[in-house]
This record gives sequence, C-alpha cells and structure tokens, in this order.
Amino acid sequence: MMIDLVSRSNALGELKNFTFNFGPQHPAAHGVLRLVVEVEGETVVQIDPHIGLLHRATEKLMESKPFNHSIGYMDRLDYVSILPNEHVYVMAIEQLLGLKVPKRAQYIRVMFDEISRILNHLLVLGSTALDMGALTPWFYTFREREILMDCYEAVSGARMHANYYCPGGVLRDLPNRMAQFEESPWRFSSEIKDLNAPRSGSLLDYIQYFTDIFPARCDEYEALLTDNRIWKQRTVGISPIDADRALALGFTGPMLRSTGYMRDLRVDQPYAVYDALDFNIALGKTGDCYDRYLVRVAEMRESNRIIQQCVDWLRRHKGPVVSDHPKVVPPTRERSKMYMEEMIHQFKHFSEGYSVPEGETYAAVEHPKGEMGVYMVSDGANKPYRVKIRAAGFPHLQALNELCRGHMLSDVVVILASMDIVFGEIDR
Amino acid sequence: MTLFTLMMVVLQIGLTLGLVLFMVLYLILAERKIMGYMQGRVGPNRVGPLGILQTLADGIKFLHKEIILPAQSDYALFMIAPMISLVCAFVVWSVVPIAPGWVLADIDAGVVFVLAITSLGSYGILLGGWSSNSKYAFFGAIRSMAQMISYEIAMGFSLVPVLMVSGSMNLTQIVLRQSGGLLHWYFLPMFPIFAVFLISAVAETNRAPFDITEGETEIVAGYQVEYSGFIFAMYFIAEYTNMIFVSTMASLFFLGGWLSPFQGTPYFSLLFSWVPGVIWLLLKVLLFLYLFIWIRATFPRYRYDQLMMIGWKVCIPVSILWIFVVSLMILGGIL
Repeated sequence: MMIDLVSRSNALGELKNFTFNFGPQHPAAHGVLRLVVEVEGETVVQIDPHIGLLHRATEKLMESKPFNHSIGYMDRLDYVSILPNEHVYVMAIEQLLGLKVPKRAQYIRVMFDEISRILNHLLVLGSTALDMGALTPWFYTFREREILMDCYEAVSGARMHANYYCPGGVLRDLPNRMAQFEESPWRFSSEIKDLNAPRSGSLLDYIQYFTDIFPARCDEYEALLTDNRIWKQRTVGISPIDADRALALGFTGPMLRSTGYMRDLRVDQPYAVYDALDFNIALGKTGDCYDRYLVRVAEMRESNRIIQQCVDWLRRHKGPVVSDHPKVVPPTRERSKMYMEEMIHQFKHFSEGYSVPEGETYAAVEHPKGEMGVYMVSDGANKPYRVKIRAAGFPHLQALNELCRGHMLSDVVVILASMDIVFGEIDR
Repeated sequence: MTLFTLMMVVLQIGLTLGLVLFMVLYLILAERKIMGYMQGRVGPNRVGPLGILQTLADGIKFLHKEIILPAQSDYALFMIAPMISLVCAFVVWSVVPIAPGWVLADIDAGVVFVLAITSLGSYGILLGGWSSNSKYAFFGAIRSMAQMISYEIAMGFSLVPVLMVSGSMNLTQIVLRQSGGLLHWYFLPMFPIFAVFLISAVAETNRAPFDITEGETEIVAGYQVEYSGFIFAMYFIAEYTNMIFVSTMASLFFLGGWLSPFQGTPYFSLLFSWVPGVIWLLLKVLLFLYLFIWIRATFPRYRYDQLMMIGWKVCIPVSILWIFVVSLMILGGIL
C-alpha cells in the first residue's frame, strides 16, 4: 500500500480520514500558516491551524525599549497595511501623554490610513483571485498598489516600512515634488515621459491623480470578477456566518460588516478627523466570501472618497504637522546644530526617549482588517510596562475550523484568502 | 517494403514530430507573451530578440537539472509515467491529416484511435501522481482520473453527431464531407456540440479553468509536485502537445480542417485560391490556441465538484440531446 488510507492493523478495517499538512510552505497559506487538514474525500472534516512560526516577541521587545523606538516594530506587524499599525501605537502614547495633535497632521494620518486601506484591500482582492486560479486581477491590483507605494515612499523614503507617524503628529510635511523616473537603457524615453507626467506636481497632485483614475480601475476589477459565473460559484454561499456568531468569535472589520452588522470604529468612536469626513460604510448580508469581497470593493471606493476630501482639505490648510511638545518631539535639525541644549536634547530623545506618565490606556483604530488595538500600561518610566496588541486577524483565524468544516479542500484556500490573514500580526 | 519507403516513413514521422515540437516551443512562449500583454506586462524578452529563444533556454536548463527521485516513491513507475504522457501525446498525431493525403496513417477508425490514445494518456498522470507517494500528488491523481473519465464521455458523445453526419470515422473523410464553404462546416448545425467539445477539450488538457489536477494554490502542483528536471519537462511538453492536438481536432471536426472558408463563394474563392490548405488549418488551430490562452488569463478555477457537475449534468445531457436533434435533421434531409 503506497498511501496509508486503510489502517494497517486491520486489512479490511475501518477507513481512516486523510490527514495532511497545508503549509507552512504552501502557495496559498498567506505567509507561514500551517494547517493540519483532515479530509474525507475532498470534504474538510477538521482544520487545525498551527501558528507561531513567525513569532518575534514584538510585545516583549516593546517593553524593553523606549516608547519612540518601537514605532518601527509596528510596521512589521501587519506588513500589508503599515501606517494604521503605527497610528494605533502613537495614539496610545498620545492618550497617555494627553498630547494634542495638529489638525493637518490628523488629516495626513487619515489620508494615509485610507491609502493603506486601499493597499490592503487591493492585495486581498488580487490574492483571493490568484488563489482561485484567476491570474490577471493580481497584476491589475499590483499596478495600482505601485502608485500608492510611491506615495509611501514620497513621505517616508520607504516603500513599505514607513515609520512615518510619531507621537504628536507625523515626522515631516508632505513633499512638494515627487521623485522622477530617470533615463535608462531599459525604458523608452516616451515611456518615461508618460510615467513622469502625473509626477510633475506635488505629492497631493499625485494622490489626486490616483483618486481620479481609481474608480475606473475598480470597475475593471469588478468587470473581471463581480458577475463572473465561476467567481460567484466559488464564493457565494462559501462559509456564511451570522452576525451573532461572528460577534461571539470576535470578528471585526470587513469580516463582521459582511454579515450585516454595523460596526466601524471610524463611525462608532471617531478618532483623528473621521467625524469631519463624509463617507459610507458598506454592509453585507450573508457573511459569505462573496459578501466579504463586495464589502472590500465598496470600502475601497469609499476610501477613495475620503482621500479626495483629505487632499482638498490639505490643499487649503497649511500649518504644523507635529505638536510643539518640547519633550516628545525632537528639535529640528537646524536648532540642534545651533544650540548646545538642543543638541543634548536631540541625543537624549533618540537614546533615552521620554517618560510617559503612569497609567494605562487602550487605543483602537479601524484597521483595514478590523479593529486593531493597543493596550498600554506605563509605570512612569521611559519604557512601557506592558504592551498588548490586539491583532484583527487573530480572532478571524480561530474561526477557520468552524468556517471550513463541510466545505471542500479548494474552498479552504478561498476562505483563508477572504479572511485576509497576515502572519506578521497574528504571530507578532 | 523497400528501404526507400521505410526511410520515407521515418522522415515523415520525424517531420511531423519536429513540427509539433516546434509549435510547442512557440506555443509556450506565445502563452507567456499573450498573457503578459493581457496583464499589463511584456512577458519574456531577454533571451534572443523579443525572447524567441526563451523556451529553448528553459528546455536546456531542464536537461541540466537533476532528476530528484523521492525516496518513498516507486522509482520505475515514477520514471515511466511522464513517458506515457509524452508518448501518447505524440502517437495521436499519426492519424491527423493536415491536408488531403498528408497523413501518416490514413486509417478508417481514426476517431476511435484518437479517443483511445488520449484516454491512455491519462494513465501518465494517474501513475505519476500515485507513484510519487506524496499526498498532494495523490490528490492530483485522484482528481485527474475523475475529470478525465467524465470528460472522455462528454467528448465521445459530442463526436457522435459528427460521425453520424459525415458517415465516416476517417478524419480525412470527415473534413472532406464539410467542403462547400463556411456554411457547410459542422460548427453551425452542431453549435451546442461544438461548445461541449471545446469545454471537454479544455478539461481534457487540464487547462484553466479546469486545471484542478494541478491546482497550484490548492494542491500545490498536483500530480507533478515531485517531478523535477526533464521528467517534469516531459509532462509540460505533453500538456502543450495535447493543447495543439485538441485544437487541431476541433478544427478538423467542426471548422472544416484545411478547407478554405470561401469555398463556393463566387468572388473570394478565386481571390484566396492560392492559399494552401495547411495555412487555413494552421490559422484555425491558432484561433483555438489563442482562445485557450485567453480563457486562462480571464477565469478563476472551478472547484472539483463543480467541474464534475458541469461534465455530467450539462455537457453529457446536451450532447445526448443533440444526437437526437441531429438524427431528426438527417431524417428531415437538412444535413
């Protein structure tokens, strides 16, 4: 017997189910997820997710470093939507410090949170389609992601791990000019001209350009998928869940809203400047994979509207982008070169950091994947006493067994993709 | 048989195989290029001008790679399986006419031969998946067996009306019965059958959206997950050879093979009379191949049970129904 389907103890004996490993090296495992899947034929009997392969002890590391050193760690949590991670962390510090954030910084944060939301949802959309065997949407969504990555790069210098928000605001104001493509033997000069055309103005012009073209691009994805019969056969009715059960399992974000339950922190407990902006919340009905997809596409369109409003506001209002708190915010480069005290202050800021008053707080943002929270306890030192991160993906993953049971092996891939799992935040 | 005729036969076989392999070489490149342009990228363009040597370079690379034999596998079957696939993919070409008289074996039971050998080809996949002794490969093998058997039936039934109308199982005769221009080709009176045949053809060749046997995101690469080096390339070549083969079959059965579409049209038939039949056949085959690639770039993959559902609940009933419709048409003297 080559494959041990029949138990060896008894030649005619009871049939055993087929158990196999799905991951940690699997094209559809979305990182380093290992699933032990038990199937009967192709129908899933049980799924046991094994996590921890990407565990880096982020929370413990944060306890051993000054507050301002850990912002970069937040980038590495959910490495698909980076800036909302930072947002929740700096929000927690600001709450403990009672720090006021300038209006312009808040608009910049909201704009980049929404840019991250589009980045995230584009990835989910593309990879869900890819996991189902549709190759093309992936390339289309990555074409748009490239534009948004350039926005990240323009403000922070890094395409992914931006490290752009800081307690009290953002590190620097939006740049007035965009980086240009240069002549190279690998591109035609006409091509370079086309590439540079939207980059002739400031970053805001470039984002404006994106918001103008994006609705048409959304239509393009939807033309490929929304009414595609195969897509619908693969997603409609796959892993439906009702709102009560979803709440009991701790679902948030698009996973919860696709069941028709209205919960969005941007509306329920508005942070930053979300209460000044006009946007709608997309709700689903059945909570199946198709509704999750529809909710995400609708959210992208709404995010696009929010970005447009932010761009308008930012064009009209100039001002500081970081608070003037002398301890939390480092001195400017000019001042630190000019005054000895500022030089010392600069050194102390980046080595020792600052002390945060004793207390505890919980900050949460509507992360693209759901509610992302940071519970922070400070004992008055320059390091947090305890940081606990609530990753949105963790409760979603724990429902995997429940959602997949009774579906087929091919559906596991779809369900996993529609959950929008990123291992950086689940394993922390 | 004199030595001369023997040499001629060998030469013809060599020529046919050479032609097929040449087409495979450029079909692979064409697929990558066409899909590239559909997806907003350019595809391979580094090896040779416009990348025309890319597949050749890949083939050489495959030859250089080590063939890894899984320790727990059945070595003999593991090595033989891809050969079965490849040999079956090549053997069917012996009965394919590319112009009147241009055929290696002009046998009367051509259609039966084709169906028999293509069925045999699925053993390559079954044995490959099974002998690998890997769980994913095993899944691939099971899926491929179910899929192949279901769509063999659909394909077989979809050919029955063609045989009824043409009154022959000889491929040359089937084509010649369609002479008389575009409107005499079988795809018009048998359009539903034509669609069933195309769907079965996609499924038979394991192409997207029916590529569940490979299912690279579910069962990683299915039956070929343990294969490396040139034995993997054999599967690869066999798949693309089969693609060209089913496209040729579709052209012969439904689009009049090497016949000109303007046959019988007063003015155009003269205008295009210089075009050799082989070119018409090639154009039709390329049309189907483009369709294959286009479908792959557009659609997600079906799920295993949905695939079986389409096979058994749609394709087979439609083709059986159309056997009756065609019978009535023959009785009524329309065909």
